Amino acid sequence: MSSDRFLAHTAIGDFLEGLVQTGYTVYCPQKEPGVRQSVIFAPWQKGLPISLEKATVAPKHLVLPQSEVLFRYSKHKESAEPAKQSLTLDANEIFTPTLLFASRPCDARGFAILDRPFLQGLFRDPYYARRREALCVVSLTCPSGCATCFCHWTGAGPSSPEGSDILMTEIAEGFVLQGITDKGKELLLASKLPEAGEKSQEATKARKAAWQSLSPVQDLSTAPQKLAEIFADQAFWSQATQACLACGACTYLCPTCYCFNITDESLDGENEQGVRLRSWDTCMAKQFTEEASGHNPRPDKAQRMRNRISHKFSSYPENWGSFSCSGCGRCVTHCPVGLDIREIVLKAIHAKTAQQNEKETS
Amino acid sequence: MADIAKTSPRMLKGLAPRPMPSGNPYLPQTARVLDVIRETATIKTLRVVLEGEDAMQRFHFEPGQVAQLSVFGVGEATFVINSPPSQKDYLQFSIMEVGEVTRALHRLTAGELIGVRAPLGNFFPYADWLGKNIVLIGGGIGMAPVRTIMLHLLERASDYGQISLLYGARTPKDMSYQYELADWLKHKDLACCLCVDKADSDWPHKVGMVPEVLKELAPSPQNSLAVLCGPPIMIKYTVETLLNLGFAEENIVTTLERRMKCGIGICGRCNVGSRYVCTDGPVFTCREVRAFL
Repeated sequence: MSSDRFLAHTAIGDFLEGLVQTGYTVYCPQKEPGVRQSVIFAPWQKGLPISLEKATVAPKHLVLPQSEVLFRYSKHKESAEPAKQSLTLDANEIFTPTLLFASRPCDARGFAILDRPFLQGLFRDPYYARRREALCVVSLTCPSGCATCFCHWTGAGPSSPEGSDILMTEIAEGFVLQGITDKGKELLLASKLPEAGEKSQEATKARKAAWQSLSPVQDLSTAPQKLAEIFADQAFWSQATQACLACGACTYLCPTCYCFNITDESLDGENEQGVRLRSWDTCMAKQFTEEASGHNPRPDKAQRMRNRISHKFSSYPENWGSFSCSGCGRCVTHCPVGLDIREIVLKAIHAKTAQQNEKETS
Repeated sequence: MADIAKTSPRMLKGLAPRPMPSGNPYLPQTARVLDVIRETATIKTLRVVLEGEDAMQRFHFEPGQVAQLSVFGVGEATFVINSPPSQKDYLQFSIMEVGEVTRALHRLTAGELIGVRAPLGNFFPYADWLGKNIVLIGGGIGMAPVRTIMLHLLERASDYGQISLLYGARTPKDMSYQYELADWLKHKDLACCLCVDKADSDWPHKVGMVPEVLKELAPSPQNSLAVLCGPPIMIKYTVETLLNLGFAEENIVTTLERRMKCGIGICGRCNVGSRYVCTDGPVFTCREVRAFL
């Protein structure tokens, strides 16, 4: 039996309300109060209007919060003698079921990209793992591309299923919801939504039309090799990075950037009670790799940009297969100085290597 | 870095089902400071004992592996465990006071509690070195990782060829492990050479920078392998000297140091190209990392 269901435009509120009642915290795109043109993923409550626009910020905070407590520490000093003191550490283990509604396929692919280093590395990240398990992702397929997005260059597309549990596609009177994972299918089968029936074909048509509306695809398949070849080309990276302010906006808005910092915070001013926090960080900041001695393996912004681009298009692919970029285009849209990651990667692909330059001059 | 493009970069590798390990890799074990040894003006050695019954017996590591030490409320920093794995009474760390965490570690006294996340990283592949001559070279605080592999090799010296040590520091006062140097100098299985950049009048050993003294000692590259740890500038010139002496890049083993936070290959600080110093390292051959030295 097909799990495809139909959600009428007018039934969205009731559907979300039902999910809230079953225990989900529902996040959906909403206009950010007081911030012009900003759409964020925020908890939904009955009566709140939702926006179906692509959000300004990716929803990665649902699996990797901007700041989270890893554990609390408390020192117990029954005596002044250090040897009689003790210490307890309590890890944070509270993770609530969360449903992400109307994110985009590029946002969901971001989760799939984060899943590899967080779940499949030498160590499994238990905080990420529990949040990810508790998350159900309902993605709205894109009706068309836009000027800054390029999912189809990265191996994805406007209706790619990676990372989503349910894909929803808009048709005339509402949406067709299609279960992708078992989690998604079960949620739909348990819902009171009517079966989609013939409307599923309408949705398929809409998805095909979206694919056809995209700009021509650029072949980035040689990017990993080329970026490795020009790794030491300081001139290339200096030139590509000249305008960069190192503000890090690209990394914070990105659905696939996951650099983080770990810091301690005292809760009592005396370090008897406190928390260890994990917070977003940015590889574009000089301090990111600066060592206490002053030595810095990535002292210039050119080296930091090289690291960011090479991670996404060369070293992540080497480790995990795909590009670590879902082509959402947020970094292109919001860069204050108009840097365009697409241009840098294309330039790298067409850059002459030192060897080629040597051949030509000799 | 060479065989990157062999697989399609478009498709994500599949997610393999993996059981959740029982431990939380971010949660430290607690350990109590047993002893604090003042080594030099800037270096102290901490000996710590893991808390909990049998915790020390159950703790296993290999020479070269590192630990994240926590001073709660201040933070974590990475140090090599410089006692040999056979030392089951305590774990030893030598710490140069440079930043916030190392300053806090220097203030610790016996009996105080710290956090330990260990063992992390790879280790010296000593099982692959059987029968070879081993040239150990340590500069400054870089003697710490050399100490653990040296003591480990000396415990099984008959499995190896000649084991030699060149240990250099700026001045005689900057030499750590002074209480052990006499033993090292007269050890029957170790050819030990000490050097300082600047000597005082009663310094009986070599004077000169590590690369210069190494050039003078001129160890044979035949059936030999060099292990060197020290500050980046020393590594750079010592590698040059070793290459000039005829050591192949794959027979020069070094450790890389990077700022680390997670220590488990995720947080994005310590990577050199596609390799992470915290999980793929800290031990690398010169062939693997020459471009990054």
